[in-house]
Amino acid sequence: MISVQACLDGILLGILFALIAYGMALQWGVMNIINIAQGDLVILGGYIAYFMYLYGIHPAWGVIVSPIIMFFVGIAIYKLVINKVVDRDLFISILATFGISILFMQLMNFAFGADVVLANSDYGTTMLFNSNVVLPNSKIFSAFISILFAICLVIYMKKSKLGRAIRATAQNARAAKILGVDTEKVYAATFGINAALCGVAGALISITFTIHPYMGLPYTIRSFMIVIVAGLGNLPGVAMSGMGLGVFEEFADYILGTEFRIGSVFLLLVLILVYRRFKLSRKREYLK
Amino acid sequence: MKISKLIISFISAAVILLSTSVVSFAKVVGDKIVLGAAISLTGKYSSNGVHTQNGYNMAVDRINSMGGVKVGGKTYKFDIIYYDDESNPKRAAQLAERLISQDGVEFMLGPYSSGLTKAIAPVTEKYGVPMVEANGASRSLFTKGYKYLFAVLAPANLYLDVAIDLAVEKNNGKGVTVAMAFEQDAFSQDVRLGVLDAIKRTGSKKVIDDKLPKELNDMAATLVKVKQMKPDVLVVSGHTKGALTAIRQISEMKVDVPMLAMTHCDAAKLSKQHGKNSQYALCASQWHKTLTYKDDFFKDGMTYDADFTKEFGYAPPYQAAESSAALLVFKDAFERANSFDQKKVRDALAATNMQTFYGNIKFAEGGQNVDKPMVLFQVMCDDGGKCENKVVAPTKWASAKLIHPIPSWSKR
Repeated sequence: MISVQACLDGILLGILFALIAYGMALQWGVMNIINIAQGDLVILGGYIAYFMYLYGIHPAWGVIVSPIIMFFVGIAIYKLVINKVVDRDLFISILATFGISILFMQLMNFAFGADVVLANSDYGTTMLFNSNVVLPNSKIFSAFISILFAICLVIYMKKSKLGRAIRATAQNARAAKILGVDTEKVYAATFGINAALCGVAGALISITFTIHPYMGLPYTIRSFMIVIVAGLGNLPGVAMSGMGLGVFEEFADYILGTEFRIGSVFLLLVLILVYRRFKLSRKREYLK
Repeated sequence: MKISKLIISFISAAVILLSTSVVSFAKVVGDKIVLGAAISLTGKYSSNGVHTQNGYNMAVDRINSMGGVKVGGKTYKFDIIYYDDESNPKRAAQLAERLISQDGVEFMLGPYSSGLTKAIAPVTEKYGVPMVEANGASRSLFTKGYKYLFAVLAPANLYLDVAIDLAVEKNNGKGVTVAMAFEQDAFSQDVRLGVLDAIKRTGSKKVIDDKLPKELNDMAATLVKVKQMKPDVLVVSGHTKGALTAIRQISEMKVDVPMLAMTHCDAAKLSKQHGKNSQYALCASQWHKTLTYKDDFFKDGMTYDADFTKEFGYAPPYQAAESSAALLVFKDAFERANSFDQKKVRDALAATNMQTFYGNIKFAEGGQNVDKPMVLFQVMCDDGGKCENKVVAPTKWASAKLIHPIPSWSKR
């Protein structure tokens, strides 16, 4: 029963992380930008849900409101910063997004204060197997919403015009541009969609965990890892590796002790990297 | 050309003027005793940094308006130079250097948190500047042999050992089983050492000993273990994040444990953020307004609470109360030393033996306050869902009876 519990905990956690990683993979694949501010966008999304909660609106509505606001935040970040560095070295884009990350942390600290906060959903708990396995409904809700958004996105990418343009640009930006795709618009939309996904994840995190202006970085690192493990352009892989890492974490925690939880995940990452000889230096493709 | 020369000479004149005025800042100017403090006004400790500053300011105003400090037949007033340390230990150490060597401050007040106090203490020690601090409880601060560091608060290892004693008492003096979950930082690990001592002393047994990584806000795996091992006591310490995460996940996973003891409940505003789910949690606190200590400046805890609330618009957390107490200690020491000589003031501080609204203050060799026990309060809610913190231990100060064991979730 313990292993069932750990497994389910891990899967539910992993699905949420996979959603964040999904946005990162999309952006990485299309624009070749590694967004260090990913986690901070998540936290900002969380604060949107938290403020709705403060004003008496159920925080679950945050999964609708937060991505809408975050989409425009994403577009704004793209217009102000990203489009000036997107054709440069990968290193410059890391530096730029790192700067955005610090800026966001400080602004959120300034605007919302340094207190750890959370939004209560009052969703209760589901008991399984004669109450030997306990699952908070808020986590189930989070996983459900994450899957829903992921599926919608996959369909959107397959069917819609913009989705096809995004995929075309990811495959070959030069060819896409020659064939009439407005790559600039595609990049802005990609960044916006990524920020919106972060918004959804943030709202879910405010319901299931806690938020704090300086808590963004672990989410960035986690999603980065998931993307690396899955490999670029492998969206089902992102979901699988997200869940796999979640389960692995819970088991490592349970068997080795909490102090080895994050360490063991990093060890796994190193092993996978060595095994796959992953190359970060992909051929850059960008056309202005 | 002429204009630029004019500008340059103007700037240099201004610089010279400024530098002389900086020198004249030093320690006691006219009727002012200038204290220095680096405080976290921005960064991750900023909310508690502000509590600390408000506590200091409240005491400065009170002491100044009630006659100030009398040294050598003359009356002096307190003044504090603040710098923002951005919650960063390195910056705090730099600012301490700057306060002492540039601003000429000869007496310091502590920053917020053990980590930052640890960064500043070597600096004040090097210059022989007496520092009274109110927010660094880590045991390692008091084992380094610092001569100029004095802390008005009880050290971190005393935070939760009261809870173990209480559990043993409830178990008719027999040892209990203890599950522990502590964040991996200086403060929480000190709390852990104290609990380990108490476990040994009472013949209890630890069944879980988890160290929570700082960047983690999920302790589900620990709680699964708790459900399986069924310990008598669960102790959790991980600042506000730890307290909030623990209550959220304990209530969601319906973890039944007879006693739950934590730190940082009031800083986390547990009862406000979690309401009834936080009910029955035991919380370690340095101070509570219902304690009956008294002094001439703030009278007692209830009056302090009312005055503070009136001035700053929120009820004082213990971080503010202990910060106010630090100034009372300084005033007392200056008057007994009857001098501004740093060594004499240091010796007077070491000989402190007084009562403040915050508690009795008497320093041990290492600088920690040994005359003030920690209190435990329990979150208690009425049927309407309104929750209050009531002191339940030590028995001498208790304003309510401990509810033990905690009713199981199925009966709540």
